[in-house]
Amino acid sequence: MERLAKICKKQITVTILAILCGFLVAAVILACTGYSPADAFAILGEGIFSKPKYIVNVIVKATPIILTGLSVVFAFKVGLFNIGAEGEYIVGTIVAVIIGITCDFPPVIEFLLILAGGMLAGALYGAIIGFLKAKFGIHEVITGIMLNWIAFYAANFVVTLDRFHQPDSSSTYEINESGMDLIYRFKMSESGREAVKNSPLLLETVGKTDLNIGILIAVAAAILIWVILRKTTKGFALRTVGFNKEAAECAGISVQKNVIHAMMISGALAGLSGALMITGVSHKIMTLAATENYGFNGLSVAMLAGNSPIGAIFAGLLFAGLFYGGGSIQSTIGAPSEIINIMVGTIVFFVAIAGLFPMIVEKLGKKVAKRG
Amino acid sequence: MNNGKEYAVQMHGITKQFGSFTALNQMNLDVKKGSIHSILGENGAGKSTLMNVLYGLYQPEEGEIFINGEEVRMKSPTVALEHGIGMVHQHFKLVGCFSVTQNIVLGLEPVGKMGVLDMKEARKRVVDITRKYGLDVDPDALVDNISVGMQQRVEILKALYREAEILILDEPTAVLTPQEIDELIHIMHKLADSGKTIIVITHKLKEIKKSAEYCTIIRKGNYVKTVDVSKVTEEELAADMVGHAVKLKVDKEKAVPGDVVFEIDHLTVKNEKGLDAVKDLSLKVRSHEIVGIAGIDGNGQKELVEAIAGLVKAQGGRIMIEGQEVQNTSPKNVIDHKISIIHEDRHKKGLVLSFDVSENAVLETYNSKRFSKRGFLNRTAISEFTKELIRDYDVRPSDCEHSKAVGLSGGNQQKIIIGREIANDPSLLIAVQPTRGLDVGAIEYVHKMLVRERDKGKAILLISLELDEVMSVADTISVIYDGSIVKSFSQGEVDEQTLGLYMAGGSENGTIS
Repeated sequence: MERLAKICKKQITVTILAILCGFLVAAVILACTGYSPADAFAILGEGIFSKPKYIVNVIVKATPIILTGLSVVFAFKVGLFNIGAEGEYIVGTIVAVIIGITCDFPPVIEFLLILAGGMLAGALYGAIIGFLKAKFGIHEVITGIMLNWIAFYAANFVVTLDRFHQPDSSSTYEINESGMDLIYRFKMSESGREAVKNSPLLLETVGKTDLNIGILIAVAAAILIWVILRKTTKGFALRTVGFNKEAAECAGISVQKNVIHAMMISGALAGLSGALMITGVSHKIMTLAATENYGFNGLSVAMLAGNSPIGAIFAGLLFAGLFYGGGSIQSTIGAPSEIINIMVGTIVFFVAIAGLFPMIVEKLGKKVAKRG
Repeated sequence: MNNGKEYAVQMHGITKQFGSFTALNQMNLDVKKGSIHSILGENGAGKSTLMNVLYGLYQPEEGEIFINGEEVRMKSPTVALEHGIGMVHQHFKLVGCFSVTQNIVLGLEPVGKMGVLDMKEARKRVVDITRKYGLDVDPDALVDNISVGMQQRVEILKALYREAEILILDEPTAVLTPQEIDELIHIMHKLADSGKTIIVITHKLKEIKKSAEYCTIIRKGNYVKTVDVSKVTEEELAADMVGHAVKLKVDKEKAVPGDVVFEIDHLTVKNEKGLDAVKDLSLKVRSHEIVGIAGIDGNGQKELVEAIAGLVKAQGGRIMIEGQEVQNTSPKNVIDHKISIIHEDRHKKGLVLSFDVSENAVLETYNSKRFSKRGFLNRTAISEFTKELIRDYDVRPSDCEHSKAVGLSGGNQQKIIIGREIANDPSLLIAVQPTRGLDVGAIEYVHKMLVRERDKGKAILLISLELDEVMSVADTISVIYDGSIVKSFSQGEVDEQTLGLYMAGGSENGTIS
């Protein structure tokens, strides 16, 4: 029992248990509402794995939430709860669109410029939160939520501007082709079209999807963040501030400076997520009635990842899979796709209360010992 | 095992485990009615755990508790209270903005018709109790406005108001001046004379000799023995407590101070409430010298240290190290000027508990040339340094380089901090309450280190609330009162009583201003 309790304290066990609990709760709800959980989960599985196209789509869906997840992870390492990832993501998309429409440099340069612009926008947006926290002690959750709304309406405002607004639509123009993702430009090119047409696999994975190089950038970012946190002096200072502000201050590590830096890096990651969405998938922004929640889903990703940068990759893939595959539950057996939201919510909930698992095991252990 | 009526408390075979850790192992305690019984043990020996079991805060895995010869299952503090057990915690549990009377009756207020609070009756009852036991305290004063010694009386009165027959005092003298300690001991005797039973948890030998009749010694959760205090010496008690003979005196040569290394000149610092906590304070520390600052908690020590460390701004005055002013700069600048500080609160200020030992070892120097290369940590150099530190300062376990600091004992945590600060090769080493919460062996070690650094020529500033510590370690003893240094003495030219008077704001002719 003691060993079991120890195992329960491990992050990976927590993650697996939480996921199982998510499925369990979803199964109960499905059963109560008259759907077969087994069927539903089978369809969910098929919706994710049965075709290469589906897998690619999951990867595409995962890219932005891996990056916003990383954004949340990074801020959390410094003791900050970056609920503003949503806003940082949005300003990333805004600036990416503005650069993509107004500038027209040679392809790779334009692409990189858009990414840099999105990152910078996110970084500055995050820096506002960090600055207010560091200088005036205003809680980052408050400023983050407020700035989320400002970003949200700013995006809607940009869509209405004549310079960007595409007539007779609710969106901006698309960005110049020079700024679009490399894979997209390949499949639109003469030779690319030919190649895609002739290979069923390419047609399936590239032709019919929004596959873009974003996932590679996201994975690279995860590794980079891991390296920064574990191997560099900057990471050391940031982690010190995250674990113990007083000790950091006493050791001569500036808390204010590091809080601002952390929020900048965190914001840059969310901004990059937004920029990659523009270059790789949407190519424009639309008037929205509600936020798209890429930033908020980043919070869930970070939770499930147990705040590990590398873990964020897998957590992002899992959630993307659930969201994407969940769509087919509704279309096939008619169960509302909200069941997936319940599942994700449950998983995050159980990760959050993970401390209970070893406690329950210990209690049970004692009871068993008493009886024996 | 005689479950006689003459015992107020009997605890037999108490075993308490926290997870796999055994805090108490088959512990026994027999306390005679009307006696003062002290429980002696080092930090972490299980004193508080034992009392928390008696008070119903913890449920033991094994063992029986008898109160006045009757077996009682202490399920909760409510049960303990019903059986006349009252506890005065080390950290008072009072409401600062309530009056003494309000605090005493809190939770057991007399009510009149229709459940209306009857404060008149409450005040009368409180006055009755204070008269009965001779515990003078103004029933109408706000708790915030009375001294710590008085607050402790309020805590005791709270227990008496609840008709406690058995009083548990947890480290009652930790926050008191020598005079207040004497008064407390006097009160304890009076209470015992009127038939109350008193259990005192402490690790201060001198006070046990002064106050208690019996002493139960515990070590690492095990019962050692119960002795008649009048028949043993302090040294014997200490040896039983730690398990081997100990020296209670600090070995050192007389100081031969050199030049002034560190100087504070008319320093004024405000506290969090915006009041002057350090007032026009001046102080000099020379090389080859340990200056000890004695004083009661809350007389500006905290603000003084924070101002030196660069953590708070000084309103006026200068802080100079080797002739260079460092006031109102940054903590980093202060460290760069070779001032190293062993902060009072190891867990909050000294260490990052979630970091491993090696990371804590380089907390201040991680980005120095020695431990970093182009922005990357040089793990090899850090590891070598940490191993050296662990070896030189005998940190245990010896393979703790990559264990988290939180898992080490207080003494070993302090060794890491001391090693780290000394490795900075400071001109001035400041030690604030460096032995707080440490066991006797570790205390001895810390004192030895301070003296060793002094002998190497360092200037050392020791700020401590433990008067004994200042008196035995420091070469020059300065008394801080109300934010100023009121008097300085050389070691040996002053006794405890005189220091106590200055600490309480009085002067040598005995008047307290």
